[in-house]
Formats: sequence, C-alpha cells, structure tokens
Amino acid sequence: MFDFSVVTEWVDEGLRSWLPEGWVLPVEFFLIGLCLLVAYAIIALVLILYERKVCAAFQCRLGPNRVGPWGVTQSVADMLKMLTKELIKINHVDRFLFNLAPFIVIISSVLAFGCIPFAKGLEIIDFNVGVFFLLAVSSIGIVGVLLAGWSSNNKYSLIGAMRSGAQMISYELSIGLTILTMVVFSGSMQLSTIVESQAEGWFIFRAHVPAVIAFVIYLIAGTAETNRGPFDLPEADSELTAGYHTEYSGMHFGFFYLAEYLNMFVVASVAATLFLGGWMPLHIPGWDAFNAAMDWIPSIFWFIGKVAVLIFVIMWFKWTFPRLRIDQLLRLEWKYLLPINLLNLLLMVVVVVFGLHF
Amino acid sequence: MNLALFVVVLLTAIALVAIVLILSNLLAPRSFNKQKGEAYECGIPTRGRSWMQFKVGYYLFAILFLMFDVEAVFLFPWAVTVREVGVMALVNVIFFLVILILGLAYAWKKGALEWK
Repeated sequence: MFDFSVVTEWVDEGLRSWLPEGWVLPVEFFLIGLCLLVAYAIIALVLILYERKVCAAFQCRLGPNRVGPWGVTQSVADMLKMLTKELIKINHVDRFLFNLAPFIVIISSVLAFGCIPFAKGLEIIDFNVGVFFLLAVSSIGIVGVLLAGWSSNNKYSLIGAMRSGAQMISYELSIGLTILTMVVFSGSMQLSTIVESQAEGWFIFRAHVPAVIAFVIYLIAGTAETNRGPFDLPEADSELTAGYHTEYSGMHFGFFYLAEYLNMFVVASVAATLFLGGWMPLHIPGWDAFNAAMDWIPSIFWFIGKVAVLIFVIMWFKWTFPRLRIDQLLRLEWKYLLPINLLNLLLMVVVVVFGLHF
Repeated sequence: MNLALFVVVLLTAIALVAIVLILSNLLAPRSFNKQKGEAYECGIPTRGRSWMQFKVGYYLFAILFLMFDVEAVFLFPWAVTVREVGVMALVNVIFFLVILILGLAYAWKKGALEWK
C-alpha cells in the first residue's frame, strides 16, 4: 500500500539540501498550513456541490448543471459571488463578539479537521489523546454559535442560538459516550493506533453488537451535532428565518456555512475511523487473494469512499424524516439515546473483559 | 512536535478567516442606507432589545449535561486500561455508572427531562 510518509520525507530532504538549517522547519510548517487550507477549501466546495446534487436526486431534479460540465464549478462560482458581497454593519450588535464568532466556529472546525488520519502517513496532529482532543475542539464551536446568536441583538438569532446550544450540548453527550465505547474496545485514544489496530478487521465487525449499536447512535448524534435535518430546528427557516446567523451577511455567513459542511465531514470521518477502519482496506481473515486485491486500492480512496457513503447517509436522513420539535428532540436524547448508551457501554466492557469479540 | 503542529493548525485557521475577510473588504462594494443597519426581524421597527431576561428552559439540560460530561472525562482514562485491568474494571465501573443512572432516574422522576 502506498505510504504518504515517503512523499513528506522526500519534501523534507529536498528542503534540507536547498535551504539553510534554521529555515527548514518554518517552511515546512508553512507548507503544512497551505496544504491544510487547500484541502479544507476543496472539501467544502465539493461537499456543497455533493449536497445539492444529492438533494436534487431525491427530488427528481437535475440540480446545478449550467456552470461548467454537469455544474461542477457551481460552488466555486457561489463562493466567489459571496466574497464580493458587502459585509453589512448592523447598528445595535455587540461588534467585538459579533466579529469574533466566525473565528471561533472556523477555528474549531479546522482544528478538528487537522486531527483526521486521511491515509497512511497523511495526518497532521497525532496526539496520544487524539479522540479526546477531537471531541474537545469540536465542542468549542458551540461557544461560537452561542456568541453569534447573543451578540446579534435579534430575537430570531437569540432563540436560534439557545436551541442550537441546547441541542449541541445534549447530543455531545451521546457522541462522547459512543466514542468512549469504542475507546474501551481499542484500548487507545491515538487515532493512528486505532486505525492500525483495525488491519485484521474493522471494529464494527470485530466488536459486533455493541459496536453496531454505538455506530447507529453515533450517526444520529452526529447529525444532530452538525445541526442538519431532521435536527435542523435551530435554523428552521419557517419560524426562525436563519437561526443564529440571521444577521450575518456576505463572507461572515459564508464561514458558518463552510464550518457546517466541514463539521459534517469531520463527523463522517470520525465515524469512518472509529467503526469502519479509517483508511484500512476491507480484509477478511483467510481470504488471501481477496485481501491482496483490496490492498491494491490506495488507502486515500478507501477513506474518501467511506466518508462519502456516510455523508450520503446523513443527507438521506435529511430528505427522509420530518423536522423534530424541540421537546421531541430533547426527549430522544435524554430518555432514549443516553440510557441505551450507558447500557451499551457496560455491554462493551463485558465483551472486552470476557473476550467475546473476534 | 505535535504541540507545534497544533499551533500551526490554529494559526492556519485564524489566517484563513483574516485573509478571506480582508479580501472580501477589498472586493465588496459599499453603500450607505439608514434602514440597512436595522435588525432583520419583521419589517416593522424592532421593539426593545434582545438582551433581556427571558425564560431559558434549556438551563436544566445544561446542568444535567455538565454532570454527564464530567463523568465522561473521568471515564476516558479508565476506558484505555480496561483490557489490562480485566474484571475489576467492570466491577468498579458498575458502581460508578449505577450512581450516575440513579441521578438520571431522579431527574426523570422529578420531571426535569420534560419540556415545559
């Protein structure tokens, strides 16, 4: 399988032979930042197009098809248009917090994005507490959402932010507990170690029943965490205009939009990493020819493929289920998902302690 | 090394927002209009401010969240060592979780989980 650390070491050696000693590390850091930004922007644009095409397919439409072949450059055109829109100065907002909120939302999503192992040797931050770090940084986003709603001095924004905050912290619990369940099984919090240990078989197969329950709960909670339908009532447009970002215009709004799509990507890739083996190919013990054929597919395609399928499922939720009411939403989390999750954690501990897994 | 990379990613995020905002300020047109700065609510002039006291039903859920989230923080170090500790890990965590589930059951019984 292709190892991306070959490429990074080659770049490192090239830079060392070209540049004086003290310059190498800053230049490498700059290159890492640049690659991260490019990947972030491209993934966001592709996701926006993907969402529109999937939405169109569900409604028997064609979707964007004018800008470029099959409309592939539609989202680029949209972003350029958004860049040339005026940032309107609202009179009665708390200016400092109003401008701070997009920073916090973007910081949280970029930091979470930086922890994801994309392929073999293609990972930026690899803490030994990786999953925990990811959980921590992705919950910073809630602060940004609450700040945006509070500082706007608008009733829609305030109600939208309060709903969003309650929803995100409630479903944060389910995400934390399902991740905890998988950490019990893997015995490590480092994302690269978690992926490596799935070489023999993905966790969802090896840990069977508790892993499948945790996977389903994770997908539901992840959908709610990213404020997507059917849990999109913080921005229910028929009652709250645009929720917490009602007062944001131009690129300020664009940041919330970008962060929403990237958070969906992060949720899907964490699900892929913890349950579906990250960039590990599908291996079935004993089938040597099959395993060799699967190894032949590059790891990055495995990762992107799994994430694309999971994101499709998340979009499928949106076009299948009607929007929940706030009491139904909180009841689902606190009376169903949380108790099931706690029992599932115990089940997983029993499975691990008595060695009932594969 | 990881910490340095963390700082790099953090700076990248800040740079992304700052650069795009500067670019947007350069490219975007500007026009002045007295009504433009008003809050986007109904069309009629806004009455009162939004920074006031109002009933936050979510408050109880935030407190419950705090309780369970702190619990998750305690459980993460335990989760890493379950395999090594073995059966004692199960026995210990059952006590811990039973107390927590009792707390949830109490909140449930008291009606704290109902939306009012």
